[in-house]
Amino acid sequence: MLKSLSVLAGMLIATLALPATPWAADPDPRDWDAVLAEARGQTVYFNAWGGSENINSYIGWAGETLNQRFGVKVIHVKLDDTANAVAKVLAEKAAGKNEGGSVDVIWINGENFASMKRQNLLMAPDWTTGLPNWVYVDHENMPTILTDFTIPTDGLESPWGGAKMVFFHDTARTPADSIPHSSVELLEWSKDNPGRFSYPQPPDFIGSSFLKQVLIETIEDKSRLSQPVNAASFAEDAAPLFAYLDDLHPNLWRGGKAYPQNYPDMKQKLADGELDIIFAFNPSEASAGIAAGELPDTVRSFSYTDGTLGNTHFVAIPYNATAKAGALVLANFLISPEAQLRKQDPALWGDPTVLSMDKLSAEDRAAFAALDLGVATLTPDELGPTLDEPHPDWMEYIEREWLRRYGVAN
Amino acid sequence: MTGDMRLARLAPPLTLAILLGPLFFGLAGTALPAFGYLPELGGEKFTTQHFSALAAVPGILRSSVLSILIGLVTTLVSLGTVAAFVASDLGTAGFARVRRMISPLLSVPHAAAAFGLAFMIAPSGMIMRLISPWATGLDRPPDLLIVNDPMALSMMAGLIVKEIPFLFLVTLSALPQTRHMETMRLGRSLGYGRIASFTYLLWPPLYRQIRLAVFAVVAYASSVVDVALILGPHLPPTLPVRLITWMNDPDLSIRFLASAGAVAQLGVTLTALLGWVGLERLGALLVCNSRSAGRRLRRDTVLRHGARAVMIASAAVVFGGIAMLAVWSVSGLWQFPDALPSSFSLRSWTQALPRMSGPLQTTLAVAGLSTLIALVLTILCLEREYETGRGRGGGALLLIYLPLIVPQISFMFGLQVLSIWLGVDASFSALVLAHLVFVLPYVFLSLSDPWRAHDRRHDLIAAGLGMSRTRTLVRIRLPMLTRAILTAAAVGFSVSVGQYLPTVLIGAGRLTTVTTEAVALAAGGNRRAIGVYAFMQTLLPFFAFSVATGLPGLLFRNRRGLRV
Amino acid sequence: MTLDNLTTHQGLRLSGIHICLGDRVLVALNARVLRGQTLTVMGPSGSGKSTLLAYLGGFLDPAFEATGRVFVDGVDLIALKAEKRRAGILFQDPLLFPHLSVADNIAIAIPETVRGRRQRRALADAALEEAGLAEYGDRDPDTLSGGQKARVALQRVLMSQPRLLLLDEPFSKLDAGLREQTRQLVFDQARRAGLPVVLVTHDEEDAHAAGGQVHEVGPA
Repeated sequence: MLKSLSVLAGMLIATLALPATPWAADPDPRDWDAVLAEARGQTVYFNAWGGSENINSYIGWAGETLNQRFGVKVIHVKLDDTANAVAKVLAEKAAGKNEGGSVDVIWINGENFASMKRQNLLMAPDWTTGLPNWVYVDHENMPTILTDFTIPTDGLESPWGGAKMVFFHDTARTPADSIPHSSVELLEWSKDNPGRFSYPQPPDFIGSSFLKQVLIETIEDKSRLSQPVNAASFAEDAAPLFAYLDDLHPNLWRGGKAYPQNYPDMKQKLADGELDIIFAFNPSEASAGIAAGELPDTVRSFSYTDGTLGNTHFVAIPYNATAKAGALVLANFLISPEAQLRKQDPALWGDPTVLSMDKLSAEDRAAFAALDLGVATLTPDELGPTLDEPHPDWMEYIEREWLRRYGVAN
Repeated sequence: MTGDMRLARLAPPLTLAILLGPLFFGLAGTALPAFGYLPELGGEKFTTQHFSALAAVPGILRSSVLSILIGLVTTLVSLGTVAAFVASDLGTAGFARVRRMISPLLSVPHAAAAFGLAFMIAPSGMIMRLISPWATGLDRPPDLLIVNDPMALSMMAGLIVKEIPFLFLVTLSALPQTRHMETMRLGRSLGYGRIASFTYLLWPPLYRQIRLAVFAVVAYASSVVDVALILGPHLPPTLPVRLITWMNDPDLSIRFLASAGAVAQLGVTLTALLGWVGLERLGALLVCNSRSAGRRLRRDTVLRHGARAVMIASAAVVFGGIAMLAVWSVSGLWQFPDALPSSFSLRSWTQALPRMSGPLQTTLAVAGLSTLIALVLTILCLEREYETGRGRGGGALLLIYLPLIVPQISFMFGLQVLSIWLGVDASFSALVLAHLVFVLPYVFLSLSDPWRAHDRRHDLIAAGLGMSRTRTLVRIRLPMLTRAILTAAAVGFSVSVGQYLPTVLIGAGRLTTVTTEAVALAAGGNRRAIGVYAFMQTLLPFFAFSVATGLPGLLFRNRRGLRV
Repeated sequence: MTLDNLTTHQGLRLSGIHICLGDRVLVALNARVLRGQTLTVMGPSGSGKSTLLAYLGGFLDPAFEATGRVFVDGVDLIALKAEKRRAGILFQDPLLFPHLSVADNIAIAIPETVRGRRQRRALADAALEEAGLAEYGDRDPDTLSGGQKARVALQRVLMSQPRLLLLDEPFSKLDAGLREQTRQLVFDQARRAGLPVVLVTHDEEDAHAAGGQVHEVGPA
């Protein structure tokens, strides 16, 4: 029974995976009027992480605006993990669905981008630099816009916002003069304050970022990080990282036997008094949390002296998207000064812009300058230097090694 | 009306096709990659290497064993509690009270109950807040591993508080078909204690009626994802959680490992079921020995109080948890050890509500339609069963329970690929069909026993009065079984509302329900947003069950013979 | 059609009835029951005597094998579906439909040819009055006494205008005084309606009260 079924299923795969008809020519952003005309009336399925009500509201606003101005309807497909959307596109490719796919725009960076790019799951070639609003993008000064986790973006994903690791503490419990300013100091601090620090369990994005931060600070030959992992020397390269973790873990929250789920979970634990130091990838998170009544107003931000990890997040269009023109209109709108200004407002989202102030009109520049970033947000110079993301390979290796070492307690 | 009930003839094969088609194709779609065949990812030839890779994953054995134990312990404790409680309190005024209290719990989705429990028992949870700092001296939560403990105790607790109402309700619906009052009186007149009377005399026929429901609990608990994510251990997590992680891994080659794991999950659930059958044998042996020895077990007070306490505690925990969700959904800043938020705000609701109407409509439409189809098919199948005279033992209809026993996760990937092949992903009808796969068995499970136990002489009398089969069904059987039918509908409705995986996969994110929205938000861990959605998620099935319990009482308020 | 012809066709005729379970013969019977007369089938419990009623009523479990011919007033009963046979049946439990009121329990038995809600209700009320239960029409059947329930059940079956009446130990659950009374009522009514009756019982007194021919079914 089972055998004949699998044979049947195999035949089904064979039949359905026959070469599909070649798909129609993609819209060209350099002919913007044609894009706008084609986009009118389209529905764009925007696959984006849905775990933050602020962000969901922002996307809702963008959709309404697009609908009013360009007749493009945007539907936010809320993901709990971006990889689900990647998997969906892959499943569609597996089923031979080379057009009319269910994902039109995907919020993406790093590992997921590398994976989609490698498997040719993205709309190509370069479409981002042809977007009308590309002229404002600060690609000269922000290398992470053209290189996503050391992988060249090649115009396959359009920048949306910046991110940089920042730490938060509650001054009511943790005095400002006691906070650490490097991973080494954090280790010392945790020994003095056992059980009051932790990080989300990898492969949570924030948790993995913490591992990368320590890796960057502890690895001897930093140049290796821009290359794919050398399997032969990995153990040696990562040895300082895992020595550090071995030292740190006994003093983690719950003794390292359980981990926070993700950043919002850590935020809750800071408010509950379970954790004393937490961190996020968005410098205005603390201010936003205070404004929302999720954190006490005594919370403040801090950064490391020698810098913290930073990157850019993007939107990309799958190769088989149904509403490519609409997707282009959305991507373009997301890097408009108007949308970026709103995105940087901590009351609404509070994500650093990817635009260059120098390229903006005087009026827009003034609007950005007038933003109240909130009491707990650091100024750009207080944020300290930005450390580049390592090659995505590293994340994979480290996550795997982490799981091997710590994945089974006792 | 000649040739009536002809439809009923088509019902069994149609039902089986609806249930087993997706199941078998889904399993095939999972099994092929597990054995290395998935050409789109470069898997061209059959191999067992992915199973070797699976075996080499750190802690995989522990994850699997843990899943099996969770399945067994959860079922044992919840079934034992229900049985002991029914034994000790059946027929008392307290029984009716507890019954009214417990029944609504069935409507609470697992995820919502799990969140509620976590909000209660965590070191920064309500219980600790209530006794701090005056009793504990703590002004900060203690660093204790309660939620997500490695032994999965909190996870089992979360499952038990939800399985108790399920098994209780199933037992209640089977109870009227036994002569329970007389039997208990007879037992006690022979000098047996309540528990002994129940165990020796009433339990064997009763258990036979609810056995498949118990199997479903074993299978569910050994393969559950959402509760494990919220309350389960982290290092390592249970097997289903690891599967989800692998399936979501951006490195698509992990799909082979995930598929192999999904096949392993089949084995895990099967092992748990076999373990349960072993426990059944053991239990039967113990009961048999005790009965043969004529043990009266008159001093069963401790057991009786214990069972009652667990029943009431489970209700208190879930209700308390829901109340916590509600408070969190309107709370502003709420720091430890404050027992109440320092400020209240409707911000979470005003943010969420405008975006909830779409998912809400989808939820209601899918749940309503799938429940309706399931009811019609179930009733026609049962009619057909009656007509052909084939009872419960024989017939292919037992296969109807397969979707409850086969872990959802084991056939979901294959099912997703199938729906894309057919070009029906993200279509409303495909979503209804996908829900039907899970709604139908539950509807069937909860309706078939009362249906079969219906006193057929009523139908004979009706036939003697010249009423046709159809008329008998509509005028006699359906009204007499109103309570059972509405309960089955409410069960089906809440099963549909609670569906996460099928909705995400077949809805392809375009058709979202309150549950998928809730879980997506749960990814953000924001207690206020979780509060809003989990509360909404609870409200819908609660409403359905209120109708199921309230309506018959209202319709038949002057009919003593229809009271249970 | 001659008078003679008419009389030969009247009543119930059972010819060559043979009901088996596997190799076991449960019932083997030839009989003629005129209108208003009663055939009593006696036997201990478990002897399979009730299968005869199931066979006549048209709901014999497929596990049993049955042959033979059954005519009522010349109509071949076996060729009809259960609901077309108009074989009224009374069990030892009155089995009133618990969801319907007392009057509706009777009204539901009225043939479809009687139209109009009011007319049907009037018929039901008349039947209730005849049973001495005029005030009980809107009551919950579960609130009636055992004797009252039995009377409602009888009125219900008569209301359906049956061709014949099948009685499955209908008095065995009643206490002695009531039993005598109910027995009398049932047989009187059957006689008055001119119905052939098949009574299955293990109670000699039942057979005696029925007063017709008696067929013994062997023990199991």
